[in-house]
Amino acid sequence: MSLTLDTTPVQPAKRRSAPGSLTWFAAHESRLIWRDFASMVTGGKPTRMVAAGVVITAFVVGMHLLSLHLLGPLVGQGLSATAPVLLALTGTMVLFFSLMFSQAIESVTRAYYARSDLDLILSSPAPSHRLFQVRTSVLTVQTIMLSLLIATPMLNALVMLDGAHWLAGYGVLMALGALATCAAVGVTLALFKLVGPGRTRLIAQIVAAIVGAGFIIALQAAGIMLGQGVSRMGVWMAPETLANAPGLKSVVWMPARAAMGEASAWIVTILSAAAILAVTIHTSARRFAKDVLATSGLETVEKPTRVFAGFSRTRSMAAHLRHKEWKLLARDPWLISQTLQQILYLIPPAFLLYLNAKDGAALYYVVVPVVVMAAGQLAGGLSWISISGEDAHELIITAPVKPAAILLAKVQAVLAIIATVLAPFLLWLTFASPRAAFFLALGGALSAGSAVLIQLWFRSQANRSLFRRRQVSSKAATICEALVSILWAAGAGLAILNVYVGLIPAALALIVLSFARFMRPR
Amino acid sequence: MDATTALQISGLRKHFDTTGAKPPAVDGMNLTIKGGEFYALLGPNGAGKTTTLRMVAGLLQPDAGAISIFGTDALADPITAKSKVAWVSDEPMIYDKLTPYEYLEFVSGLWGVDASIAETRARDLIDWLGLTTHANQRCGGFSKGQRQKVALAGALVHEPQLIILDEPLTGLDAGSARQVKDVLLAKVAAGTTVIMTTHILEVAERMAERIGVIAKGRLIAEGTFDELRGRSANASTTLEEVFLELVEEGQEEDLAA
Repeated sequence: MSLTLDTTPVQPAKRRSAPGSLTWFAAHESRLIWRDFASMVTGGKPTRMVAAGVVITAFVVGMHLLSLHLLGPLVGQGLSATAPVLLALTGTMVLFFSLMFSQAIESVTRAYYARSDLDLILSSPAPSHRLFQVRTSVLTVQTIMLSLLIATPMLNALVMLDGAHWLAGYGVLMALGALATCAAVGVTLALFKLVGPGRTRLIAQIVAAIVGAGFIIALQAAGIMLGQGVSRMGVWMAPETLANAPGLKSVVWMPARAAMGEASAWIVTILSAAAILAVTIHTSARRFAKDVLATSGLETVEKPTRVFAGFSRTRSMAAHLRHKEWKLLARDPWLISQTLQQILYLIPPAFLLYLNAKDGAALYYVVVPVVVMAAGQLAGGLSWISISGEDAHELIITAPVKPAAILLAKVQAVLAIIATVLAPFLLWLTFASPRAAFFLALGGALSAGSAVLIQLWFRSQANRSLFRRRQVSSKAATICEALVSILWAAGAGLAILNVYVGLIPAALALIVLSFARFMRPR
Repeated sequence: MDATTALQISGLRKHFDTTGAKPPAVDGMNLTIKGGEFYALLGPNGAGKTTTLRMVAGLLQPDAGAISIFGTDALADPITAKSKVAWVSDEPMIYDKLTPYEYLEFVSGLWGVDASIAETRARDLIDWLGLTTHANQRCGGFSKGQRQKVALAGALVHEPQLIILDEPLTGLDAGSARQVKDVLLAKVAAGTTVIMTTHILEVAERMAERIGVIAKGRLIAEGTFDELRGRSANASTTLEEVFLELVEEGQEEDLAA
């Protein structure tokens, strides 16, 4: 056999950037981000892209209509730079900034400390600081895109209702995105110095979760205290806030004035943000290159555990499984923070309901639904961790134990945690209002049980570290889980007043549960 | 099937592509392995080795066929069959947040081993596999070799009659690979049956009593190394050459068919 070489010259397909250059890295990053996004939207099935496009378009149109409806009465005859307007705008910007910062800090830690391609890039002769320059720029764009997705309907509505000068708001939004990314980069680098390479990623992610949820909750709580209700904007509308606001000439209002189209404020805001971004990208790139090298191999270092005291002589197979679940959860602070974040959002409505409760009895109508809903949300998250997020899946399957027994033990582990959370409330209500205690126990059990069932029906093998993406992986399960928790909560709350009224949401909960069973993957 | 048969597979079939456009991953596999034997299963990538062994371990449900493990019908009575088997894959199935001792305690619990016996075995295995200094550290920071040793200890702590290993030496350094091989040979000497897939032909040549070659989901040749070599025109040939000849023959037969 002889080989014949094809000597036809290869035609240059199209002009590409020089390998290792900034534009070359940018093209590489853009491709990865696009594929990641497409895969997340379509779930690996390209045919879903059309459906996703339709859903996104419908969402955008719907949000525009909603914004026009909500802002119409507020804009009225036009908005001018008065104290209430500047205060409301600044408040909105602070809210957006906190969300963007939370998103950016999460992205920064993922991009710099968790990307699987870092070893390849750092070991190549290409200048790695260029990659970090590109990566920070791309993160800025991502952060801006996220805020645009949320803010565009509002800005467009303002343009339609009040004039084209509101288009300046897009520039300000981009400036905020850039500043949020810079802040996230700064915090990550500072954490690296303060807590060392081993813990930066974990602590940064916890900070992101707390900032994301905590700021909104704090705003809502402040709004409630000032008698403005649960609205996130309530605190900015309160007379107390207006009375203590700085004068109209204050530099504090510059971003708000810029968003309203004041040329000098706009130029200063944009140029300041651009300068800060440029300095951050330039100075952080080499620091990150050094830090990533330092973290390489450290991310999985585990602290020593106390010396093993010996095998338990009394534990059954099911007890071993439950004990394992509790131990793994207790040793994973990130997972705990992510799980608890889900119920943090219940605090403001509970607080509002509490303040509105006119007498002692009304308090029970407040506590019961909130706790029932929390039980459902917590059970959903923990069931996913325990059932779908089994890290040694094959070990469990190959064990000589019936699959149903394994699932039962895992469910018991989850429900035991829920029972522990519910116990203090139940104890208190048992003495204060046995009827409320009964419906709390019943509602909590049904809410948690339903969430567990939904997770069982929609279970799919995944790594625990993907906990945050569980809601993306099955939207049907996520929606059903939330709906069922709300309905059981409403049912329990109403049943304290009248059992028959409480049966209505309970029946609806059963319908949603049946729908979830029908929709389960087979 | 006689009492000393560890594993008997007959007419085993698994088709992943339900449209029928692609050939089955395992296509009517027949295989018999004696008790106390060290058996190596070889084959090119995608030949059906792992799929076959995953069905034996209970990780996959076959479309057709029968699997018998020490006389137990693994499809009719999977719990009894699983109690006799340990499965070790190339990706160690361990928990990052548990220490080796805690992991072995958990595995012993799953297999229902008496705690005092399991603890003694665990201490011996930890010592035997050179994990004593890491025994109280969480597995998250372990190297590939250390993780594989913990997984192997987990497979041995319940003293299975049949150990199935899928590419257990992949990614191990020479020292760790040597320790794993020594442990497996000692287990075979003690009467345990070992089935192992490997792409390292030298390992199969040196360790296995019998070697099976799989291609396109079927067993195309089987025997001791000398028996397989006897099929070649060149008597002094290596297992690598025999393997390549057999796979090529199999492909030619397929083309002719």
